Amino acid sequence: MNKEHSNFSKSVMITNELGLHARAAAKIARLAMQAEKIIWIIKDDEKVDASSIIDILTLGCSKGTMIKITTDNESDIDVLNDIVMLVEKGFGE
Amino acid sequence: MPDHEIQKEIRLIGTGASPGICIGKAYLVDKEGIDIVEKYFISRKNLDSEIKRFKMAVKNAADELRAIIENAPEDVRRHTGILETHVALLKDKMLYDKTIETIKNERVNAEWALKKVVTGIKMLFHDISDSYLKARSDDITHVSDRIMRFLIGTEEINIGNIDKRVILVAKDLSPADTSQIQLDKVMGFLTDRGGKASHTSIIARTLEVPAVLGLGNATQIINNDDRIIIDGATGIVILNATDQTLSEYKELKARFEERKAFLSRGSHLKAETLDGLSLQIMGNIELPEEVVSVLDHGGDGIGLYRTEFQYLSRNEFPGEDELFDKYKDVVEVMGRRPVTIRTLDINGDKAIANSNGSDEANPALGLRAIRYCLKKPDIFRTQLRAILRAAAFGNVRILIPMISSLDEIRDTKRLLNEAANSLEKEGKAYNKNIEFGIMIEVPSAVILADVMAQEVDFFSIGTNDLIQYTLAIDRGNREVAHLYHPFHPAILRMIKHVTDVGKEKGIKVYMCGEMAGDPFNVPVLLGLGIDELSMNPQSIPAVKNMIRSLKVEDARRFIMEALKQTTTMDAIKLVEASFGEMIGQ
Repeated sequence: MNKEHSNFSKSVMITNELGLHARAAAKIARLAMQAEKIIWIIKDDEKVDASSIIDILTLGCSKGTMIKITTDNESDIDVLNDIVMLVEKGFGE
Repeated sequence: MPDHEIQKEIRLIGTGASPGICIGKAYLVDKEGIDIVEKYFISRKNLDSEIKRFKMAVKNAADELRAIIENAPEDVRRHTGILETHVALLKDKMLYDKTIETIKNERVNAEWALKKVVTGIKMLFHDISDSYLKARSDDITHVSDRIMRFLIGTEEINIGNIDKRVILVAKDLSPADTSQIQLDKVMGFLTDRGGKASHTSIIARTLEVPAVLGLGNATQIINNDDRIIIDGATGIVILNATDQTLSEYKELKARFEERKAFLSRGSHLKAETLDGLSLQIMGNIELPEEVVSVLDHGGDGIGLYRTEFQYLSRNEFPGEDELFDKYKDVVEVMGRRPVTIRTLDINGDKAIANSNGSDEANPALGLRAIRYCLKKPDIFRTQLRAILRAAAFGNVRILIPMISSLDEIRDTKRLLNEAANSLEKEGKAYNKNIEFGIMIEVPSAVILADVMAQEVDFFSIGTNDLIQYTLAIDRGNREVAHLYHPFHPAILRMIKHVTDVGKEKGIKVYMCGEMAGDPFNVPVLLGLGIDELSMNPQSIPAVKNMIRSLKVEDARRFIMEALKQTTTMDAIKLVEASFGEMIGQ
């Protein structure tokens, strides 16, 4: 098995009313900063660094957008799951 | 043939917001209120200290934000979440790391690197379709502005380092911006946004400097140090003027100043119509220093003393003694002449926090003026006590802004009584026998005028807001600013209703909005029966002159016709047809 190229990802929908706004992006970034390697957020063909609030904001994810959260580092799966959960809960708003 | 390229004369047209002609050099102020950023190169050995300077600015910005969060009053604290996000944004890699990289790679100064990075980030927001999310680039603007302020080491606008008088060119100027400008350095204003009734226009008229607003893209066309001509009456701005144009405008300027001198010679005569009705002509002021200007221009008193200034561009609320001193200054100079002090007309928390009012979607319909004051009785009480104390030194009236229901009048009176009682107990000098009036500037107050009249001593019609709220027009929005006109039939009927109620209930009706200061409106106002007009001091001579050339009898006959007009244009045409000759001079 070639472990390096394996890729862990989950798709999740933005459910909160205002979409992925600054405060929500800040919550994601705070989690993503705990990862060893970069966690990516993918929307359509755009890919951004989840540890940068600004990068996340530039995706312009409104309510109902599907995003994919991905990493190629197995030990960051917990962080990835935390982010997915945060999005699913609608950022606790 | 000359070998240098001859530049073509360019004419821009905007809204003439303050009359007068000036010829001078342009000074650009960035949209965010920061000076145009300079670019310079950093030598290799100084790169580290330049980066350190940037890091220090970010640290200071973060400390400042944290202090704001900590010092927020409890009820505001739940709104500080966005500020915490701003703290996080300061260190965001796309902003922080990228700026440091840019300083290093391009060997440029920190300001320039930051500006470049932020401009790049903002481009990324262009394509976002969701308007709320698109507007999140504002958060990045706020954050980078804060860093920039620490880098440049200045307040919002710094024109302190220019040693000559300039024409200020900006996208827009907020009241907080204008309160920080060294106004004696400004010979004219040009802005991309704003209209005739905006704050910048008011300031320009107060200073008697020409202003043309709502130009759209002046900041993109005009460069620093360009020589420009402004005609604030017609709204024309000229760049690269030919010699012929230049001498034409020099002559116009001389003629304008001659006319102004003529009017001011008659300014101390009474404002009495040909058939013997005399009106009180008052001045609007914002700063105690302007009292002199009111008296110089022949004002009979202060019809509107705006008190917001002491609450702007500072970190804490003004104390009672400070307010008292300011009010007393004005009251003493005016002697027996009335001084109408209007209580705080803004959201004080926002003014103090300097947060640009981004929390409310519709600040004009939000928590401001009397609504804010009644919600913050402690802050209001401080001002009421200061007013009552100043009233012991002269002829003070108190004026309450933005009244929309009777409860607000009663609650205010209760607080005013409490303030008087507490002063009594403390044995401080005060006077509570002062006239109590309300602004008529919300349509509901017009409709309830008969009810309100029973509880107050006078009405003062604030036409700026009354027109804005009645016609649902944001006067700062150039897309709709042209629809804003005091001769809209609905406005004329509303004012008529208020003056009718005033007569019936035996209370005086004053006017302190922009409408009162335009000689063109005088026949209408005289016909409607307004008892007292209050305006920018500079408008007093021309309005007095107009009154002296009219008969109130004619004006009353005329107004019956004017009220029959069904469109704004028809009403304007009727004034022109009936009084055009007098106004045209």
